[in-house]
Amino acid sequence: MSKKDDRSSNLSRRDFLKISGIAASVPLVAGPAVIEVEGQEVAIHGPGAVPVTLIVNGKKYTEKIEPRVTLLDALREHLDVTGPKRVCDRAECGACTVLMDNRAVYSCTTLAIEAQGKQIVTAEGLGGGTQPHAVQAAFVNNDAQQCGFCTPGFTVATKAFLDKHPHAGGPEVAHGIGGNLCRCGTYRGIQGVVAQMTRREPKGNAGTTMIAERIAKGGANA
Amino acid sequence: MPEQDKYSWPAPEERTYVGRRMGRVDGMPKSTGHAKYTYDYNPKGLLYGAFARCPYAHARIKSIDTSAAESMPGVKAIEIVQGPGKEIHWAGDEIVAIAAVDEPTVRDAVRAVKVEYEQLPHLVLDSKEPPHDIPPDTSPLSLADLEDMFSNQVPANQMIKDIKERGISFKPQEAPLDRMPPNIADAIKAAPQKPPENKPPSWYKPAAAETQGDPDAAFKASDVVVSEGLYGIPVITHCCLESHGAVSEWTDNDHLLVHASTQFVSGIPGQMSEEVGIPAANIRSVQENIGGGFGSKFAPDRWGIYSAKLSKKAGGAPVKMMLSRAEELEVAGARPSAYARVRVAAKKDGTLTAWDSFGWGTGGPGGGGSPPIPYLIRDRVPNYRTQWTAVVNNIGPARAWRAPNHPQACLITMAALDDLAHKLGMNPLDFLKKNIELTGPRANIYMDEFPIADELMDWSKRWHPRGDTTPGPIKRGLGLSIHTWGGRGHQSECDLTIQPDGSVTIKMGTQDLGTGTRTAILAVAADTLGLSPQQITLLYGDTRYPMSGGSGGSTTIGGVSSTTRRAAVDARDALFAKVAPALGGTPDQLEAVKGQIRVKGNPSKALAWKDACAKIGAVPINAHGKNLGGRDPLMNSGVGGVQMADVSVDTETGIVKINKMVAVQDCGLIVSLETAESQCYGALIMGISYALYEEKVMDPATGRMLNPNMEFYRLAGIGDIGELVVHMMVNKYDSRGVIGLGEPPVISPGAAISNAVANAIGVRVPFLPLTPQRVLAALEESQKGAAA
Repeated sequence: MSKKDDRSSNLSRRDFLKISGIAASVPLVAGPAVIEVEGQEVAIHGPGAVPVTLIVNGKKYTEKIEPRVTLLDALREHLDVTGPKRVCDRAECGACTVLMDNRAVYSCTTLAIEAQGKQIVTAEGLGGGTQPHAVQAAFVNNDAQQCGFCTPGFTVATKAFLDKHPHAGGPEVAHGIGGNLCRCGTYRGIQGVVAQMTRREPKGNAGTTMIAERIAKGGANA
Repeated sequence: MPEQDKYSWPAPEERTYVGRRMGRVDGMPKSTGHAKYTYDYNPKGLLYGAFARCPYAHARIKSIDTSAAESMPGVKAIEIVQGPGKEIHWAGDEIVAIAAVDEPTVRDAVRAVKVEYEQLPHLVLDSKEPPHDIPPDTSPLSLADLEDMFSNQVPANQMIKDIKERGISFKPQEAPLDRMPPNIADAIKAAPQKPPENKPPSWYKPAAAETQGDPDAAFKASDVVVSEGLYGIPVITHCCLESHGAVSEWTDNDHLLVHASTQFVSGIPGQMSEEVGIPAANIRSVQENIGGGFGSKFAPDRWGIYSAKLSKKAGGAPVKMMLSRAEELEVAGARPSAYARVRVAAKKDGTLTAWDSFGWGTGGPGGGGSPPIPYLIRDRVPNYRTQWTAVVNNIGPARAWRAPNHPQACLITMAALDDLAHKLGMNPLDFLKKNIELTGPRANIYMDEFPIADELMDWSKRWHPRGDTTPGPIKRGLGLSIHTWGGRGHQSECDLTIQPDGSVTIKMGTQDLGTGTRTAILAVAADTLGLSPQQITLLYGDTRYPMSGGSGGSTTIGGVSSTTRRAAVDARDALFAKVAPALGGTPDQLEAVKGQIRVKGNPSKALAWKDACAKIGAVPINAHGKNLGGRDPLMNSGVGGVQMADVSVDTETGIVKINKMVAVQDCGLIVSLETAESQCYGALIMGISYALYEEKVMDPATGRMLNPNMEFYRLAGIGDIGELVVHMMVNKYDSRGVIGLGEPPVISPGAAISNAVANAIGVRVPFLPLTPQRVLAALEESQKGAAA
């Protein structure tokens, strides 16, 4: 991948909007053109469809996609990966949450072209293979879902949060997964998911012993 | 044996799944993102549809120019939805429908449509009290009035009442009677014909006052305490996470396949056929999962109809029309507002004697329904007068919202009674108990539930008179409310097939809104056949399966459970008849338990399920289940619920925080306990949301919604809910049969939370949502009052 391409993958939606007016006046060229904006070189993609390569749940896809298309729409409409849902389309509700290099991101406010070269994981691939992830099993155990439309995004966000905060509780949970919204009202079940997961060490038997000791000492967060 | 006994629900000890926590059967596909929704349906050659919408709240279309859109590459079909001359009543109404190869292109094409409008005066606010002296409109209805009523979704019973009382100024044969619901057509045929009257347009439609006893005398009685107050709840939206929409495709010239996001799979073809121009029998409606409806998704709507019309124009290619978030919040449904000025009186011992209210609210251009005020006690409180004025405005159309009209009526009534209890110096729990007979047939249920709620909230110990006197700015308080709902099961049918290899299939044209319908159907079938739910395949959500009613009014659980029970009992009995000779007994001596067919009381005489089914022969057993509608003893109507709220209010910032909520809920015989509890938790959370945050905020200048997004149309988040406790009345009222649950628990939270805030800060915040601004305004008002 060229240096210019690397730079292009750092293009945020805001930058894109800022420069899109300029882009229209740039003649169509085979590769991305480069212009200077506020003293910085910025690659110009499009305006027509350009080849975009995405790695989703371990599988590589190359599709011709307009540069203005979000990662969410690329996943849903071009790759038929429909676990991430389009609800607010403005980074307000979290239904579109996916992992990008292990970080939870709102795919509705990430451009497909900037997701190139990153490992994208959706709810479908969260378990890494054919098995569901333990967090997803915990969503079932705690009946943390009703209509289920927010659920795939919630499972991804919860997994990412628990990876960083394996012993989280209380206000940390409210803050850590507060970026996801549910209309049916499944939050109590999701609190149950977090409680269940934070009482069980995610890796290996040593964790089980550790957790057992911690519970014996009087509480999950001890 | 009488028929009723054969089908009646098994006793608790004979149930393995019914009434127990068996886990949601569709949990895993939802968690892993594999569950497919209408929005996820991406057939080959899919086109994307979108509407050009009117930017004005009230306007007349002068001209439409679609030429620029037509010439855009990638645009495949254009349909004019509403043409020149048409009057538009709300911002965001559909004008032109377009389909194109992808979504960016169709959005570009929508922007290229040029429409000229003549702007007309609009009204989008509704909280100002209407004049009390407008006489009710008694003029005969014109054809235009009738058309308005239909397009504004006025409830059928209200239409029939108006037609009957006001008469009509046209000849019945001038109306398109064959396209109307038969009961409305009959009302028109029977209506008195009168000459037309010229009437000036009005924003207000007052209904005649309804009176019982002598309210004026009752308020003047010397031994009563009178409380007066103003209460209200604004228009809120449904905000379904899966927006409204449909994907339509013509499979040949005469056959349409529709994937609609709908609460009524079986009802979609009948509602589309006329508009689309083919028989309903040629329309197939399919839906696997729906991402929320809450009462707003019964009709195909314009997006359903126009996805089909655009598809036709585009040679049958599938057209997906899903609303954007802004469209969803602006046009796809709103709950009517309700405000009321209330006077209420009781004797000094707390006996309620009189109610008087002047209420108003809007459901947009249709005016909206009239909430049942006073709630629960209407017709039983000895003296009352209740008036209602519908505000006809340009806020957009109303739709049924989970327990239509009830949360509004509940807030107005329960807040007024709470204020009266305060004035009487009574604990509101004691006050409600004192008057519980006024609630009618559910009185005993509330009395059973009160002590449980009391214990779970520790109410009796923790309740204090209004106004938390502890020092500091944070004030804590408790509030209470009670509610009811009908919820009798709808008509429903299914086919249950037992194959000779032992496999079992149920086919039912129902839908699961996330309430747990699939889980409940399988629980009933599994218990009846002595199998586990995993051994039964449920096929649903398709008009190729037997019809099932719409999922509204909390009617689904009664409908599907009774139907499944009847089919499963009949299929099981047919199997018994085949197996009886091999077991050396008669069919009526057999039972189906734990994967076996065996002789009752003689477990050694048994055949494993598979071996028993091998006796069926070549032709599978098929039983058609059909419940008995309103007279089916397996289901019933009318639930009781009690809710309590514990809140903290920061009197410096006005922020209200939920500490805890308790819901004690009856729904007769509980079919699926875990998903029933989830319904109640969800209802509490939805209630917290509308009590504290939700409001469709309209701009009086532009007539548009100011917050059509999820940042400023705020839903409760996981950090906003406090501790939630749900107690289902398990096995207590089984003899009543199955009763719907979806709606009732969302009725009380607004009232319980409003009452808790009043208990905390000592004054009533009149209107929901209880935003910091409103809380601070109420506090300031009370301080002014105290200083004066």
